[in-house]
Amino acid sequence: MNDTAQIFDQGEYNFAYLDEQTKRMIRRAILKGIAIPGYQVPFASREMPMPYGWGTGGVQVTASILGKDDCLKMIDQGSDDTTNAVSIRGFFEKTAGVRTTYETSEATVIQTRHRIPEKGLREDQVLVFQVPIPEPLRFLEPRETETRKMHALEDYGLMHVKLYEDIAKNGHIATTYAYPVKVNDRYVMDPSPTPKFDNPKIDQMPALQLYGAGREKRIYAIPPYTKVKSLDFDDYPFEVQKFDKPCGLCGAENVYLDEVILDDQGGRMYVCSDSDHCEERRANGHLGPMAADPAATHFAGGASEETVQ
Amino acid sequence: MYVAVKGGEKAIRNAHKLTAKRRRGDTSVPSLTLEQIAQQLSHAVARVMGEGSLYDETLAALAIKQARGDLIEAAFLMRAYRTTLPRFGYSKPVDTAEMLVERRISATYKDLPGGQVLGPTFDYSHRLLDFALAAEDDSAEPAVETSPPEDVAMPRVTDLLGDEGLMEPDPVSDETAPVGDLTREPLSFPADRDLRLQNLARGDEGFLLALAYSTQRGYGRTHPFAGEIRYGEVEVEFFAEELGFAVTLGTIKVTECQMINQFKGSAKTAPTFTRGYGLVFGQVERKAMSMAMVDRSMRFEELGEEQVAPAQDVEFVLSHSDNIQATGFVEHLKLPHYVDFQAELVLVRQMRAEWFEKRRQEEDSGDAAQEAAE
Repeated sequence: MNDTAQIFDQGEYNFAYLDEQTKRMIRRAILKGIAIPGYQVPFASREMPMPYGWGTGGVQVTASILGKDDCLKMIDQGSDDTTNAVSIRGFFEKTAGVRTTYETSEATVIQTRHRIPEKGLREDQVLVFQVPIPEPLRFLEPRETETRKMHALEDYGLMHVKLYEDIAKNGHIATTYAYPVKVNDRYVMDPSPTPKFDNPKIDQMPALQLYGAGREKRIYAIPPYTKVKSLDFDDYPFEVQKFDKPCGLCGAENVYLDEVILDDQGGRMYVCSDSDHCEERRANGHLGPMAADPAATHFAGGASEETVQ
Repeated sequence: MYVAVKGGEKAIRNAHKLTAKRRRGDTSVPSLTLEQIAQQLSHAVARVMGEGSLYDETLAALAIKQARGDLIEAAFLMRAYRTTLPRFGYSKPVDTAEMLVERRISATYKDLPGGQVLGPTFDYSHRLLDFALAAEDDSAEPAVETSPPEDVAMPRVTDLLGDEGLMEPDPVSDETAPVGDLTREPLSFPADRDLRLQNLARGDEGFLLALAYSTQRGYGRTHPFAGEIRYGEVEVEFFAEELGFAVTLGTIKVTECQMINQFKGSAKTAPTFTRGYGLVFGQVERKAMSMAMVDRSMRFEELGEEQVAPAQDVEFVLSHSDNIQATGFVEHLKLPHYVDFQAELVLVRQMRAEWFEKRRQEEDSGDAAQEAAE
């Protein structure tokens, strides 16, 4: 149990906070979601002890699928030690008492906000996403009554027009995260605000993906090995972000990087957004071009200090 | 330093401690008791119970104390606690005609059976800061002259008008029909009036106030009259299957508002007044009235009116009335978003590079053209 967990120590609650009836209701929504990949299943979301927007959907999904033997990894922005990840991990340590980990390969359930781990996931793992706005068409059509109709009729013309207008105006599809995908050749789905860099990972992923939106009261799912295609055009194919530098600490290429501003002289470095991935590489002897830089050591030290706990 | 965003465990722990310290303030000043809050800040308590959707004055007082007087935060604490409570069933409808009335006014009749009972209200006070409250010990109870609650019936004004057929009747409810409950089933559209009213009763006072106000300023006018506002205690009854009869669980204080609005009629039915309805925990008249006006506005469809204004837009109103949802989503922007921001940075840099490249090419070709002309 981490120290944050003790702050929650206010009395006795059911395993993983939610009562069993609520969990059953959520599991039924999850099963329906798995049966209809990419379809947003309404569910009677509960008020949780963290605010809407902080991951109440993901928390409810995790609470409903968690068993005593599970090992939970909690990440936000790719990292295990961002404040909100620490807070939610503490919540489950307190209310469920399950084992937690920073290591992607050790976890059976991974709850995430905004990233997918760099390391490929396995069939015996479940990836739970925190979703703010589940409706990919919401910013094109604010009305739920309309968007549900559009999904039912598989009427996604509006989305293609939007992508086309992006290209006409900017020369690019100007969506860099929450990039819409089509699941199993049927439903257009919002993969939550993960950078589009992560979109290829959700295609044919061996792990089950569950998406929970608490405030909007929707759950959706992508079963293992499901076709997930990022929307694009023949002459403007989908492509992911590319970084022209490797990770400053571990030298990794083809991973998603955070830009860290080092000083007010324009000094910058790029580091792995997936902190576990970066640490594992460094432990295996991979060193990046800035690994010896004093600013970088401070940064790397800050991260590894947390791992000790 | 950037690292502070990560390594949050120690930071969170200390932030909690600091919040607790700030909440308590100067320890030489006595700590607030829950009784003090429940008794002396009763309007705040009522609001927190209503928007927190849980009737318990002591818990609401605790929530207000813990939230340092932030009433939306306090309502949020109530909601989160409410999640953990088992649901036994649904009470029978409360009968507000049987209310033990502390205040009852009608703006449509000078006098009416049961009379006008002004009760506790700010309405006719002058809003002058009462410095005596700051200076004096106000423990002496003010002498109040009231006639004891008369044991006379206080029929609802809308029932009086109903006798004459002037008022649209109460909708006939089927007691065996399932109760709409947006805390157990996610809200879907179109939403029936029971769900709309439940949503409004939990909704943010400020949001409903602004919407109601907008209808008075021409955005979907409904010509309202405050037919009746009553505040007092009502009994909550629960039908116990095992016993075969209803038992009283306790009493709650509520404010009920019946707005009387302009007419509806057709070739087949004679014109009648129409109604908007508001019911909230505690004495929260501003919200009860706003709720009644917004309820009436959202009935445009069944009353054959045109939809022209935000207050009539059921999906808009119901989707944005909940301040716990609203504050969560607005404030979640404080959470780190640097992964997504990085994605935007990459794109903007690329677009800028392309823009400068294009301009350079244009300048080059412009120079070349000029040279050729010379």
